[in-house]
Amino acid sequence: MTSKKYILGVFDDEDVLLNAIEKTRAAGTKIYDVFSPYPIHGIDDVLGIQRSRLPIVAFFCGLCGTSFALWMQIYMLGFDWPMIIGGKPHISIPAFIPVTFELTVLFASFGMVITFFIISGLRPTMKVPVMDVRSTDDKYVMAIEWKEGTDITKLNDLLRSNGAIEVNEKEVVK
Amino acid sequence: MQHVSPIREPLVTGGKTYADITEDVCRQVEAKPNIRWMMALGVSLVFLAIFFYSVYRTLWFGIGEWGLNKTVGWAWDITNFVWWVGIGHAGTLISAILLLFRQKWRTSINRAAEAMTIFAVICAAMFPVLHMGRPWLAYWVLPLPNTFGSLWVNFNSPLLWDVFAISTYFSVSLVFWYIGLIPDFATIRDRATGPIARRAYALLSFNWTGSAKHWSRYETVSLILAGLATPLVLSVHTIVSMDFATSVIPGWHTTIFPPYFVAGAIFSGFAMVLTLMIITRKVFKLEDYITLEHVESMNKVITLTGSIVGVAYITEFFIAWYSGVEYEQYAFINRATGPYWWAYWSMMTCNVITPQLFWFRSIRRSLTATFIISIFVNIGMWFERFVIIVTSLHRDFLPSSWVMFSPTSIDVGIYVGTMGLFFTLFLLFAKFFPVVNMAEVKAILKSSSGVSHTNNPDASMHGTAPNNSHKHD
Repeated sequence: MTSKKYILGVFDDEDVLLNAIEKTRAAGTKIYDVFSPYPIHGIDDVLGIQRSRLPIVAFFCGLCGTSFALWMQIYMLGFDWPMIIGGKPHISIPAFIPVTFELTVLFASFGMVITFFIISGLRPTMKVPVMDVRSTDDKYVMAIEWKEGTDITKLNDLLRSNGAIEVNEKEVVK
Repeated sequence: MQHVSPIREPLVTGGKTYADITEDVCRQVEAKPNIRWMMALGVSLVFLAIFFYSVYRTLWFGIGEWGLNKTVGWAWDITNFVWWVGIGHAGTLISAILLLFRQKWRTSINRAAEAMTIFAVICAAMFPVLHMGRPWLAYWVLPLPNTFGSLWVNFNSPLLWDVFAISTYFSVSLVFWYIGLIPDFATIRDRATGPIARRAYALLSFNWTGSAKHWSRYETVSLILAGLATPLVLSVHTIVSMDFATSVIPGWHTTIFPPYFVAGAIFSGFAMVLTLMIITRKVFKLEDYITLEHVESMNKVITLTGSIVGVAYITEFFIAWYSGVEYEQYAFINRATGPYWWAYWSMMTCNVITPQLFWFRSIRRSLTATFIISIFVNIGMWFERFVIIVTSLHRDFLPSSWVMFSPTSIDVGIYVGTMGLFFTLFLLFAKFFPVVNMAEVKAILKSSSGVSHTNNPDASMHGTAPNNSHKHD
């Protein structure tokens, strides 16, 4: 059981928040995370969040789906139990396209979504370390990790002068 | 930053704030069920009971309980299957295609429309499974190794493509819908007062916190899922249409079927979305989120797809004549003037004439007219599938086997029963899940609500961002 302390700046406007993020970062303070009730456009650049590589994951999962579907149909109808159906060749690629397409989409979407849950650490556990419950309603919360030697008063001033309506402290037990 | 468009109408009316959105959408989740909801659920459960009784009869006594005969081997069951799958399409269209096209008006209606998709596909799946006669062997349609040796399923058959298409469609739609629900579950979790509700919604919310990094990935996931679901929407009904189009029955093997079925699916799906949304917005007091602007936009889609369907009917007729194939010509003349003329002309009236009324702005913006027309479209689209299936089958190449089809009470029971199933699921969804996507509505609020939400009065007055220079909206 370790506990960590965070300084939370609560904002009620996304433009003020974006500005405050820039100012805070410019002041040399590392921002732990920002919580908002909806995706804020433009926050990735300001916070320095890199573009997600999930599209690449989706592409390779889709590729696996395509290969699996083609292999499955060619192996099953072409080699394992060849039957003549409607005079078509055993390996009739045009007839295999619908199933191949469906499995490509299925693998790509499930692979990507499962990866998304894993890398984001999202799982249906009971313990929810929410910083501030209002961040899922109408407030934006900037969290800064408290470390030895962090000057709370200075941080408080910095956040307030950049438009934070409240500055709170929160201890999260992990 | 505030953008007030002089041309576009606001998508969220009533001067809502972010907190108002949370309040309005969570209200019916948190409140005790109201009497109208209870009554509606009661009626749906009666229909659900009819469904279970009819399924029991079908399974216990066999498919002989249905009105099928040796000539018409497919009738109400496949009609209902295609009808329900078609209804499902609007949900994915609204959430996927309109997301790719950056249509902001989708945000208030996509949640309910996607739920409708899921429930409609569940209803649709009932019919082929029950038509098997022995649904406990339904896993035979999967490519599993079996005890007869490695005899595999036939990948050349459109019916097997259906298995893959419908199950993929169902799974991907379910995931898409659920991903959209996660942030909203977190909102309900954080507002919950009782421990059971908090635990339940915490579980459902997958530990969502609203972290900026998660939102960034979340948006990527939504966009890619939309990109994947878009061709999926088109492929599913295309494949369903191939059940008919790859056969040799006159009236079925036409190359226009795939695009024509897809347009018809979107047509009927939007009609069903309208039917449901007009009631939902009233019952849950969501008039500020599902506005006349939304209804009008959907009516425009109905006009477009309805016109495509109308053109397709005429094209089919023309091609039947132009092909010079006498069987094909007979099938179409028989549809319009044969013993099922009433079904054909019901279809023509409901699908070709009624949606054209939406060219009038006053009708397009009238809730009563829209509600009535949406019901007409649903009836018309049911008749479309009935006409295609039964009129083509009841008179085949051999006049000696010509028969008429009439449904039994069990046929009717299963059909109205699936409506009970659909509405029961929809009502439970509307009570326990947020019917409007709060996170997405909040995301468009600043640009599309027509009122300012910044704290800086100067910013809202002059439409400029307060003391920063970010270009975003």
